[in-house]
Amino acid sequence: MNFTLKIWRQASQRDQGQFVTYRIDEISDDMSFLEMLDLLNEQLIAKSEDPVAFDSDCREGICGMCGLMISGQAHGPEVTTTCQLHMRSFTSGDTITIEPWRADPFPVLKDLIVDRSAFDRIIQAGGYISVNTGAAPEAHSVPVPKPNADRAFDAATCIGCGACVAACPNASGMLFMAAKVTHLGELPQGQPERASRVLSMVTQHDHEGFGGCTNIGECSAACPKEIPLDVISTLNGDLRRAMQHKPS
Amino acid sequence: MTDTGHDPLQPAEDVRTAADAATPAADAAMPPRQPAAATADGLIEGLYRMGEPIADTKAPEVPAANMWETHRFTNKMVNPTNRRKLKVIIVGTGLAGASAAATLGEAGYRVKSFCYQDSPRRAHSIAAQGGINAAKNYKEDGDSVYRLFYDTVKGGDYRSRESNVYRLAEVSANIIDQCVAQGVPFAREYGGLLDNRSFGGVQVSRTFYARGQTGQQLLIGAYQALERQVAAGSVETFTRHEMLELIVVDGRARGIIVRDMVTGEIETHLADAVVLCSGGYGNVFYLSTNAMGCNVTASWRAHRKGAYFANPCYTQIHPTCIPVSGENQSKLTLMSESLRNDGRIWVPKRREDCDKDPREIPEEDRDYYLERIYPSFGNLVPRDIASRQAKNVCDEGRGVGPKVGDFRRGVYLDFAEAIDRMGLDTVKEKYGNLFDMYARITGEDPYATPMRIYPAVHYTMGGLWVDYDLESSIPGLFVAGEANFSDHGANRLGASALMQGLADGYFVLPNTICDYLADGPFDDVTDRSEVADAAASVSDRITRLLSVNGERSVDSFHKELGHIMWEYCGMERSEQGLRKAVELIRSLREEFWRNVRVLGTNEELNQSLEKAGRVADFLELGELMCIDALHRRESCGGHFRAESQTEDGEALRDDENFAYVAAWGWGGENQPPVLHQEDLIFKAIELKQRSYK
Amino acid sequence: MAVTGAIFVGYVLLHMYGNLMAFGGADVYNTYAHHLRTFLMPMLPYQGFLWVLRLVLVLALVGHVFAAFTLWNRAQKARTTRYAVKKAVAATLSAKWMRWGGVALLAFVVFHLLEFTTRTITPGGDSDSPFTRLTNGFSLWWVFLIYLVAMFALAMHLHHGIWSAAQTLGWTSSALSRRVAKTLGLTIALVVSVGFIVPPFLILVGVIK
Repeated sequence: MNFTLKIWRQASQRDQGQFVTYRIDEISDDMSFLEMLDLLNEQLIAKSEDPVAFDSDCREGICGMCGLMISGQAHGPEVTTTCQLHMRSFTSGDTITIEPWRADPFPVLKDLIVDRSAFDRIIQAGGYISVNTGAAPEAHSVPVPKPNADRAFDAATCIGCGACVAACPNASGMLFMAAKVTHLGELPQGQPERASRVLSMVTQHDHEGFGGCTNIGECSAACPKEIPLDVISTLNGDLRRAMQHKPS
Repeated sequence: MTDTGHDPLQPAEDVRTAADAATPAADAAMPPRQPAAATADGLIEGLYRMGEPIADTKAPEVPAANMWETHRFTNKMVNPTNRRKLKVIIVGTGLAGASAAATLGEAGYRVKSFCYQDSPRRAHSIAAQGGINAAKNYKEDGDSVYRLFYDTVKGGDYRSRESNVYRLAEVSANIIDQCVAQGVPFAREYGGLLDNRSFGGVQVSRTFYARGQTGQQLLIGAYQALERQVAAGSVETFTRHEMLELIVVDGRARGIIVRDMVTGEIETHLADAVVLCSGGYGNVFYLSTNAMGCNVTASWRAHRKGAYFANPCYTQIHPTCIPVSGENQSKLTLMSESLRNDGRIWVPKRREDCDKDPREIPEEDRDYYLERIYPSFGNLVPRDIASRQAKNVCDEGRGVGPKVGDFRRGVYLDFAEAIDRMGLDTVKEKYGNLFDMYARITGEDPYATPMRIYPAVHYTMGGLWVDYDLESSIPGLFVAGEANFSDHGANRLGASALMQGLADGYFVLPNTICDYLADGPFDDVTDRSEVADAAASVSDRITRLLSVNGERSVDSFHKELGHIMWEYCGMERSEQGLRKAVELIRSLREEFWRNVRVLGTNEELNQSLEKAGRVADFLELGELMCIDALHRRESCGGHFRAESQTEDGEALRDDENFAYVAAWGWGGENQPPVLHQEDLIFKAIELKQRSYK
Repeated sequence: MAVTGAIFVGYVLLHMYGNLMAFGGADVYNTYAHHLRTFLMPMLPYQGFLWVLRLVLVLALVGHVFAAFTLWNRAQKARTTRYAVKKAVAATLSAKWMRWGGVALLAFVVFHLLEFTTRTITPGGDSDSPFTRLTNGFSLWWVFLIYLVAMFALAMHLHHGIWSAAQTLGWTSSALSRRVAKTLGLTIALVVSVGFIVPPFLILVGVIK
């Protein structure tokens, strides 16, 4: 297979970027998308050209480090992470446009690499249950109904890749935040901080400069872990109740 | 300081002669297996020197069951108000690192946490699938702390330290309590209580799990605890920062030199103690189930500053991974071992059939080799055996799947019979997610054609040597998680890596490091020359890497190193192969420093430069692994020496000569390493030969 | 956004129902128009109810537009560099047209008020009889066309808006409730838009005169 790649190149956060077009040939359909970029980089290095910088780590779809906008779709045409996307999903001769996640709270550091530390700060604002090591009660002292445990798990599968933000027309981080609020809110252990959690996290989210949610659903469609939109409703419900009963 | 490769003490010609002398036939007949004696120049086998024996001096002299309690009582404590004056550096944010940082932060120490990824949540603990063991005995099936301890020591083929393993089993139950309280969504039964499953061939159900993503859920729990401390101001995180040197002043670990991977700035961070939780070194094989960024640099830099590296040759190779599909493959993916419960493993009897459609190969032309060789265990033999036999049939030229190079690496894992027996729906329900994963990666439909699997490197039991306090041979340098060697001996049981990481980080390290910190805060060393020297050495090395400007990319060296390691220090090791590997690695290292091409500058985000530093360290570690594998002339756990096997081809341990930990000291630049032996003394458990027949 | 939107949903339902009085002919329709002005008298003065209603609607409108503008503004600031290529995967046409559709609806409301409330624009001729004004206007094809387009915009706006409001109020936390909200959105959108457009259509084709 061969492809024309239009790749966003940007030397650093301060520099202006632009698209650069590359040709790549002899790609096998078993190669992953990132292996195709690895090969491009080997060829660039051989020509003493600066290789394309992109993030990836586990390459098995769980760490959340990779993430590219591939011809207008976050993580490309399949519902998976960029690292689990294979070239057989493309047709030989295609022109593929590769861009970084675009959102101002995710500034581009170089080429296709963005800074997602805003997500860490949202978790810092309240995405946890306050329990010190050693202070935990016996695990079986609090049973958790299976449906709640299952829903908590479904929400907890979020890998924090940022595809939701990238795909959202508003660049909102709502799905990421709502997944955490739902995960912890479904569990009995998460109840004491339920109201304060959602208030602080939403405040931090807005402060980071993410857009607001208008319930379009692009986030969930792009989510490699298929986190459903209903978590956003759960967050909204929690937020409404928290604002109604806001402690003075 | 020079890093160039060839050992002047060991001309390549000599190695070749020695290797040629040891023909395979001679290997089989070779009289056992004692460590060789030193020659007149003090070199043993031309490769290493003997150092003083060492021992753990921290574990109290009481029975194993009372040891931890006694130790915690006799340890020195740090007054809560003094903790604020004590700084701790933690490198790595996996299960061990994140949990340690959170716990020490909660206790009131001033913690700095470093990771090379863009967020602490990305650490590779996240990829662990199966589960986490804990001696909760919720199933009332006879589990106990002692049984978990026993299983772990036995599973490690009696090459781990009793005291550490007993403590691991002891604190295992607390981990589950802690994680549940943090909101880890473990699998539950309809009554709302936690579910367990059995795992890795033990006879009890003690594995807690969160579907196939236990590692992810546990890591997110630890990460959230860590971020909570960041918000509280007790922990400061440094993401996209890579540790490149350890600062040792007056014999104590006092800080690290890191590179800001975005700006290239070389930063000095000082502290009262340094904790490495930087994971394993499986990426020395290039292709492994590790993440792309996993590396040995933090551990190796510490090793070069005086920390002993223990049992580097102990690597675990997992039998059920998705095979390599092409020359450009960057990574291997594990599939749960549970597939072997219902799938049947086979290869064609004849080489000519290897490129046929497997469905067209009739039953009588198939070789279900595990069922043939091990009639009682069949496809459920332990990991190391399943892996080795897969390699054997592929070496015979009967591997299947695409040729990579001139070689097919793969065997069939066939569910046709299971689908007939259980029905398609049952198979879907049980294994659907794994089949989907396989289909996504290979593009083949595993319901219609047999899957292909092949072994892959997946965990390293070896690591920096630590005592009962998890303190390395450098005072003030602690090592936790996969980065240390302590708990798994020569082979790790399934679902025990997560247990160890969290045990170390939540419960062990915070209770042992205080004994060291009680003597702090230590003198300010900001102006000491050792600090400036460490930073200068990092800058020099980077300058050297950037100035070679040779012909070959970093990845091409890494691939070649991985090929050497896999071929000669992989599933089956022999004297001849290991000697050849040492020679090949030395010449590759020499070429690396002469011919590597690293473009760009230090003062930017430069991924080639990052990789180059890591590969340079792998090139040194690889040699030590081979030397360790060569000197251990026995088979144990994940270390299989062709010369040490029973008549049936099973691993043959040699307790008389090798019941020790091989803790290697850095001998100096281009100098042979120094072997320190820690005898393993078994008091609570009797040594036995493992048997699977 | 959700709360103010909900007020409009209630209002358009009532308004649509009132418009159906046109089927009764001139007397019924004119009586209905008069009744709106005397509703709740003497507790309220003449036209008092209408003014209360108008006040509520104006406040809701201000709130709705303000919220919409804020969201738009945040979205602009959250992505100052646009994608070169961007595909929508899940967005419905309704969702995509919320902002421009909203602006179109606002323009239409102005036109509608000028025609029937202030009687500034009187296509087809003015009259003191509300029914006559109605038939005068909708006898013209271009007036009908404006309304047809507006009702299409309204339907799309309601279709996404109702589901979105339910989501924002936190009522759609399960798959079932999500389906209900989506169905409700589509149903109300169809009922309102069809209910609104039927009388003008019948006037245009001469069934109602």
